[in-house]
Amino acid sequence: MSRNILFWLLWLIGTIAIGGYLTTTMFYNGDRSSLLIGKTTSGHHQIELSCNTCHGNGFTDGDTIQKACLSCHENELKVANDSHPIKKFRDPRNAARLEQLNAMKCVTCHTEHKPELVSSMGMGVTIPKDFCFKCHADIGKDRPQTHKDLNFEGCASSGCHNYHDNRALYERFLEKHAKEPEMKLTQLINNLNYEKLSEEYGGLKRGTPLSPADANAPKEHINEKLLDTWHDDAHAKNGVNCSSCHQPKEEKQAWIQKPDASVCASCHKEENKSFLAGKHGMRLVPNMLQSKADPFGLFKEKKLSPMRPELARLPMKQSAHGTELTCNSCHSVGKSNHKFNIQKAKVQACLSCHDDDHSKAYLTSPHHDLWQKELKGELPKGSGVTCATCHMPRIAVEDKYENEVLIINHNQNDNLRPNEKMIRSACSSCHGLRFSIDSLADPNLIKKNFHGRSVFKIESIDWVLKRSSKPEENK
Amino acid sequence: MIFPSPKLKKMTAVLKTLKEIYMLNFKTSLKKTALSLATGSLMLGMTMSAPATAKTFEPQQVTDMLHLVLESDRTIYTKKVVKRLANKHKVIKATESFEDDKSLPLPAQMFRFGSEAVADKTDKFSYSLLSLWPINKQNKPATELEKKGLEYINANKGKNFYGEETLGGKKYFTAVYADVAVATPCVGCHNNHKDTPKKDFKMGDVMGGVVIRIPLQ
Repeated sequence: MSRNILFWLLWLIGTIAIGGYLTTTMFYNGDRSSLLIGKTTSGHHQIELSCNTCHGNGFTDGDTIQKACLSCHENELKVANDSHPIKKFRDPRNAARLEQLNAMKCVTCHTEHKPELVSSMGMGVTIPKDFCFKCHADIGKDRPQTHKDLNFEGCASSGCHNYHDNRALYERFLEKHAKEPEMKLTQLINNLNYEKLSEEYGGLKRGTPLSPADANAPKEHINEKLLDTWHDDAHAKNGVNCSSCHQPKEEKQAWIQKPDASVCASCHKEENKSFLAGKHGMRLVPNMLQSKADPFGLFKEKKLSPMRPELARLPMKQSAHGTELTCNSCHSVGKSNHKFNIQKAKVQACLSCHDDDHSKAYLTSPHHDLWQKELKGELPKGSGVTCATCHMPRIAVEDKYENEVLIINHNQNDNLRPNEKMIRSACSSCHGLRFSIDSLADPNLIKKNFHGRSVFKIESIDWVLKRSSKPEENK
Repeated sequence: MIFPSPKLKKMTAVLKTLKEIYMLNFKTSLKKTALSLATGSLMLGMTMSAPATAKTFEPQQVTDMLHLVLESDRTIYTKKVVKRLANKHKVIKATESFEDDKSLPLPAQMFRFGSEAVADKTDKFSYSLLSLWPINKQNKPATELEKKGLEYINANKGKNFYGEETLGGKKYFTAVYADVAVATPCVGCHNNHKDTPKKDFKMGDVMGGVVIRIPLQ
């Protein structure tokens, strides 16, 4: 065999081998990090190796990607009373506008794998800076008193507007809450009477309280500490027996020693749904696959593992590395203990992982002082502000029949970016609107966990008042 | 004499069944063919002999009918719901931020919600409420034909405007119908709104127009 043929043969075998390896990695299993064409945004980095979640089978069109966006984000847009819903652009009269800016597709503004496009607005996804101009170029003419000669780069970054969610920013809202004092007269968190309301609104079904004698677990699984802690906690008090979690399907089912999140979810549906929608739980969404089954049985379907602190982009404590995030990470008190400590999940659980400036500053913040006073009984229930008060607030959501249900929102991202989303669900319990908007606009104040005052003053409320006292001359 | 073995018997039985199935299928398929031929010729005959029964509607007839429904519903909401409850009995208000205010949606919002819900379900037709003097500037005419149509219905009271236009490479039949001030809240609200470009609307005035589009391709 001549050397030439040998080289050609080696080249051919090499090409097939590398091609085969890459194809297999892309579609089925392997280290996909080498295939990432650019750093993903902070909103999606946790699931970046589950390529199929967004790209389908790998050769899909824009529609598949659009569907993937909506499969996770459609509901939150509905809840946010989206100011620019896709349905608004379906009318053919918008054809000329859509040619300039395709508002029917999420990826028009929110691009992935292009880290250079992530703006300084601190959002979880990319956002173009002056896109409002495409449709609202005339705003200076329509609102000469307030909007003349304004820079279009500032619409969304100034604390005034948001493309999707304007629930705490729209004009009438600003007008209605314009005169509120910095601190409201009553400072108690929203939806405090959660338990009472959740029943009223068809939330959790509650059974008859159980005594230790009612425990229906096989003897070998019972010990005194378990019984005591179970009996002393919300589950026994609301009729949830041992079998409800350890043999959830039927009496003769094999005993499940460590029930997983799906068992919790069978009652705490909305909490689970919101947990899966946030950064803590998004890796556990059912279609997030790490590897896919192939037709020859070489690879098995494997889901992404639960989130671990070392995978995060925010600073996390070294000591927490390796901890998997499930319901028990925050709610379980310890081995052989069936008391689910809700106080732990409010602060302690968060701070056992989170190690950024804002988190660390909490312990010396005025909000923390209030919580301590509440725990000591010096202030009424609902006066304290914990991590969970703002990041996992009690909110009203609609079930599938559009009935309102009160839940603890376990999607800690839901009101974070842009942070004005936090005004309604958190700040407004105690603070006036102007104070809230200004405080949220100051990144240093946020770092210090609101210890101090904002150096920023957002003018939106003044403009609204100016407009309502003296209407603008527009033609 | 040779008796057939049980195996052979079984085989014969199987063959017989197969034959029956085949014959049955053959018969059925014959029947089917005959039936479809008959239906086909009948349909052909109908089309050829009675073309008048295969009624098709002109785009204009369709938009006229759609407009009747839209206009009637809109008038009834304005009069029987908003005017009666908000202006006459004063039991509830009608405001733009109706969710937060726990009030009634404005008639223009009610109309737009319907139009958006339709747009989510079909692209066979679309409609919108526009004006030469809109409070929300996004509702001013966006195409040449919209502008022409709105000016026409304003200048020719009682007449509708019809035309064709190409939008995004697609041809549309576009009809524009006058939207008239039918109740006092229409006039009151528009004349007093801080963003209105016109403050002298009177009852019976053309305040805007309903634009209905049907794609022609």
